[in-house]
Amino acid sequence: MSDMAVAEKLHTTISGVPIEPLYAPEQLSGFDPRRDLAVPGEFPYTRGIHQSMYRGRLWTMRQFSGFATPEETNRRYHYLLAQGQTGLSVAFDLPTLMGYDADHALSEGEVGKCGAPISSLEDMEILFRGIPLGDVTVSMTINSPAAVLWAMYLAVAEQQGVAWKAVSGTIQNDILKEYIAQKEYIFPPRPSMRLVTDTIEFGARHTPRFNPISISGYHIREAGSTAVQELAFTLRDGIEYVEWALARGLEIDEFAPRLSFFFNAHSDFFEEIAKYRAARKLWAHTLRERFGARDERSLKLRFHAQTAGCSLTWQQPYNNVVRTAVQALAAVLGGTQSLHTNSLDEAYALPSEQAVTIALRTQQILAHESGVVNTPDPLGGSYFVERLTLDMELAAADYFRRIDDMGGMIAAIEKGFPQREIANASYAYQRAVESKEKLVVGVNAFQSEDQPIELLQIDQTAQERQAGKLAALRARRDNNLVRKSLDALRRAAEGTGNTMPFILDAVRAYATLGEICDAFREVFGSYQETAHI
Amino acid sequence: MQPPIRVLVAKPGLDGHDRGAKVIARALRDAGMEVIYTGLRQTPEMIVNAALQEDVQVIGLSILSGAHNAIVPRVMDLLREKDMTDVKVIVGGTVPGEDAEALKQQGVAAVFQPGASLEAIVDFIRKSVVSTGGHNQG
Repeated sequence: MSDMAVAEKLHTTISGVPIEPLYAPEQLSGFDPRRDLAVPGEFPYTRGIHQSMYRGRLWTMRQFSGFATPEETNRRYHYLLAQGQTGLSVAFDLPTLMGYDADHALSEGEVGKCGAPISSLEDMEILFRGIPLGDVTVSMTINSPAAVLWAMYLAVAEQQGVAWKAVSGTIQNDILKEYIAQKEYIFPPRPSMRLVTDTIEFGARHTPRFNPISISGYHIREAGSTAVQELAFTLRDGIEYVEWALARGLEIDEFAPRLSFFFNAHSDFFEEIAKYRAARKLWAHTLRERFGARDERSLKLRFHAQTAGCSLTWQQPYNNVVRTAVQALAAVLGGTQSLHTNSLDEAYALPSEQAVTIALRTQQILAHESGVVNTPDPLGGSYFVERLTLDMELAAADYFRRIDDMGGMIAAIEKGFPQREIANASYAYQRAVESKEKLVVGVNAFQSEDQPIELLQIDQTAQERQAGKLAALRARRDNNLVRKSLDALRRAAEGTGNTMPFILDAVRAYATLGEICDAFREVFGSYQETAHI
Repeated sequence: MQPPIRVLVAKPGLDGHDRGAKVIARALRDAGMEVIYTGLRQTPEMIVNAALQEDVQVIGLSILSGAHNAIVPRVMDLLREKDMTDVKVIVGGTVPGEDAEALKQQGVAAVFQPGASLEAIVDFIRKSVVSTGGHNQG
């Protein structure tokens, strides 16, 4: 049988959900447009969180970026802003994500490879040189040491004379999905959750325009989950953060408006659109009914989307431009608030300037040429999309119940439940590709010789240069003050109060990321997962 | 009957993206091999020690962070130091063509880039272990 004949026998979404031959009113019995949909901007926000959606304001075009050194990354930011990008998104390298300085032994070979290396406030100052933090919103993909990097950011804002109340942006700070999927954790779950709660509390008091967390399904999906698992585990993580903040003594409407989300935009077009619509509806109901939120802003699920890195192919890389365009369109039709489009060369390396420009232009074409921005939720009322949305909601609610029964998300993680569900889904998908039930153009079908592409070369001297700067900083700073601030931080970590003011003091004294994380490691310990196949 | 081929699947470096390592580990196990998965953040020293203790014939390194040129040569050096050059090393991940050639010159048996089929990897391991007559079975 030919490749295409095998694939056409099975009509399932990329997540393996069977699709009926036709969708008509019969598939929507019990569906009530007023209850299930309402109008855009109104509860349960299925159709979007704003009345006019993109007619009023386009999504933020925010390309995730960082490499080599803070200096080179800063140059890329200036370039992207000059090209019409409307927000910044910082990628940190692996040592930074893991709380190690650039001169640590474990950083060998990794400095500047997957993002920008930021070991101290000095690096953060360089990263944002010439970028007014009062005007540009900045998203930072940082999790386990998020509080430290956020403190550095707030310190740079102070230096620029920008009031914290005016600073707007996001730290990812979603540690639960690290244990579930991406695995960039440092400390055990409970002290990690305490740090997250510290930032949510601090944000509620001091940075009313900053999102202290971006609850992320992106990495769950990249690890191989289905669309339903991405939706369910992400929102259930959200519930966990809400419960911790409430236990801290915060009122729901004090902090819930600043909770933000981050989803994958994968290749199965309608399944993705249904996922975003179901997410808004589920979150609105959860916040109102489970937590008694009253403020409308608490009920509105705001999200960032990024096209699916795992869908990019090494083979025939130019095809990735097309994949990304389709995925980005799904995110826009699903009502995203901001968007990152992947570059065609990202199966190989961090993107070249030329590749990232095409990725940004893809968004600009959707925004200014396709006409999809002219009316909110243009697919609302489609029999197919509404059925998928309802099914997505039901399947996610079922996962909520199972995780609630286990005692919540941390208990579920400790049992390995979400990890196992994702690994099973990822293996099932790989098997389907292997048997050609699922076709991937250029990989298991329509193969041809690859055209070579030009890749970004990361400066191999980045590590040396960063280590040199760090050595100079350690010699120049007031080491007495550093020691005192780290001692105070350690005592704060041992106690139960909010650690943010102590982190800020340490950062301002130019204590390094590694030194601050070491202080936490001494108090909290480090986390090792049990490896399962 | 031939005893099953023993494979150590390892995830070196700081990167936590273990989707590929886990899928490969399962596929090799389903193909009848005995698979030991190291878990995350293994140093070259830890990997080579585990390979020695587990008496494996194959080490599979999964690297997606771009740090392969720092990590793989170190593993190869340690294998030579410990007189374990009969252990086949295969690398999977985002390793550009030029780098893959360089790694092979240093003794890596194969580099599987993104999109490689599970079947191709299983076949390669079977053939390369059979052709050397296996590793000190006992």
